[in-house]
Amino acid sequence: MIVAEQKPVKEIIESLEGFRRILIASCGTCVTVCMAGGEKEAVELKSLLDIWNKETGTENDINVVVPKRQCDVEFLDEIAVEAENADVILSMACGAGVQFMAERFPAKVVLPALNTKFMGVTRDVGLWTEMCQGCGNCILEKTGGVCPVTRCSKSNFNGPCGGSSGGKCEIDGNVDCGWQLIYDRLKALGRLDRLYEITDVRDWRTSRDGGPRKVEKKDMMV
Amino acid sequence: MTDNKSNLQRVLEAGHFSVSAEIGPPMSANADFVRKSARALLGYVDAANVTDNQTAIARMSSIAASYLALQEGVEPIVQMTCRDRNRLAIQSDLLGAYALGLRNLLCLSGDHQTFGNHPESKNVYDIDSIQLVRAMKRMKEEGVFINGKPSKQPAKFFLGAAAHPFADPPELQMIRLHKKVDAGAEFLQTQSIYDIERFSEWMEEVRKAGLHKRAYILAGVLVNKSLKSLEMTSMVAGIKVPEHLIERMRKTSDQQEEGLSIALELINGIRRIEGVAGIHIMAVGWESIVPTLIERAGLLPRPDMPGTEAVSSEEAIREGGKKDA
Repeated sequence: MIVAEQKPVKEIIESLEGFRRILIASCGTCVTVCMAGGEKEAVELKSLLDIWNKETGTENDINVVVPKRQCDVEFLDEIAVEAENADVILSMACGAGVQFMAERFPAKVVLPALNTKFMGVTRDVGLWTEMCQGCGNCILEKTGGVCPVTRCSKSNFNGPCGGSSGGKCEIDGNVDCGWQLIYDRLKALGRLDRLYEITDVRDWRTSRDGGPRKVEKKDMMV
Repeated sequence: MTDNKSNLQRVLEAGHFSVSAEIGPPMSANADFVRKSARALLGYVDAANVTDNQTAIARMSSIAASYLALQEGVEPIVQMTCRDRNRLAIQSDLLGAYALGLRNLLCLSGDHQTFGNHPESKNVYDIDSIQLVRAMKRMKEEGVFINGKPSKQPAKFFLGAAAHPFADPPELQMIRLHKKVDAGAEFLQTQSIYDIERFSEWMEEVRKAGLHKRAYILAGVLVNKSLKSLEMTSMVAGIKVPEHLIERMRKTSDQQEEGLSIALELINGIRRIEGVAGIHIMAVGWESIVPTLIERAGLLPRPDMPGTEAVSSEEAIREGGKKDA
């Protein structure tokens, strides 16, 4: 999923200054799962803003909508009435959702309530970790199912740097060395011999380096 | 000059036990600082690493400082990390370095930028250090860029890489060493060694794999000025300082002398290990001791290799200008 976290409330409040009719829009997929921008978080944020307004004597009107997701226009269509009645839309989706909301409602100011972090997994209760950078050319079959692009701090393709110590990365004792994980997996699978082969330089055009990307599924396009 | 071999390569090929040290460029545009650092090493080393934004701190560039060192008569080993440059910048800078008469290249990943004084920066890591070694080998042997396109006058460096006898996981680090040699590394500079016993075991594995016959192993020795310096060193990933050495520093009344003694003992121990081709001395914060250390280790005089002293930068530039680029 796409993992995000809510911006500091102070920053959100500052961004809302001067707007009277505020629409908070949650998103029902990834950011709901990572507890950053789901319905629950949207209602909580509204409560916080209401308290702030009461304490500061600010007069505004806050509504909450809960579209299924913000990255498909059909779900944005469903909140069109509420959106048209607002001065500002505070999107609690990832960056993709915020942008798509702004595209759908070009006359409205659309503000982000979250910082979008990465593609990752739920590692533990309340803990999400990065697993994929969407580089566009997956090599997980060579590395025991552990991504060196994402999980090695230097995106090394040919093994760990000299900073791997006790299974941890030199940048932080709490960060696993991605290559230690690759090593452990391949050793357990009896496939360490695969690591003797030098992985050649990458073609980064499949990644963001080639400019904004798109995926086309021709058979779906009419 | 008959060929383009560096002094370091000639020394090693002649079977001499090589001695190298380091020049750390300043955090300024002060050329005199580099010249002085180089002059202090003149006659004591066969070559000197010139670090590339070491510990991710922005400093005068390795290539510029290498050129200054060369002008002072000290042969530089240019360091190039993969942290700060993409393949365009790396190749362009290395062509420039070669054009300036620089002949040795050490290819490194580079300390992660979170360690340095610009932790907010983006890193690059377009290619990794092994890919860099292989790229520069292909440039040397096949005359091509990374994209396979020819260069009429390619850079032909004496190629080096780092080796990590004490980093984890050991088995994978050894596989990585194989890959570095396969990629084209001709010399390997090790991380600082404090534990001779463990280093001997590592060298045994290197010999078993025959890697010492395919690349020159240059063992790293760091000379510490104080207990604090030794303790700080012991915390660096990939360096293992045995407790008894820290204890010695703690008990001594003269930490500088003890630090020097430890370094001398390490050098003597390392020299006895089969397959070690040279010593690489690092003296972070105590550069002034290096000549003394080399002298007391009995590593003088340094061999005078005929033919290499003529690699003046002016000559290299003239040669470069003769042919079509």
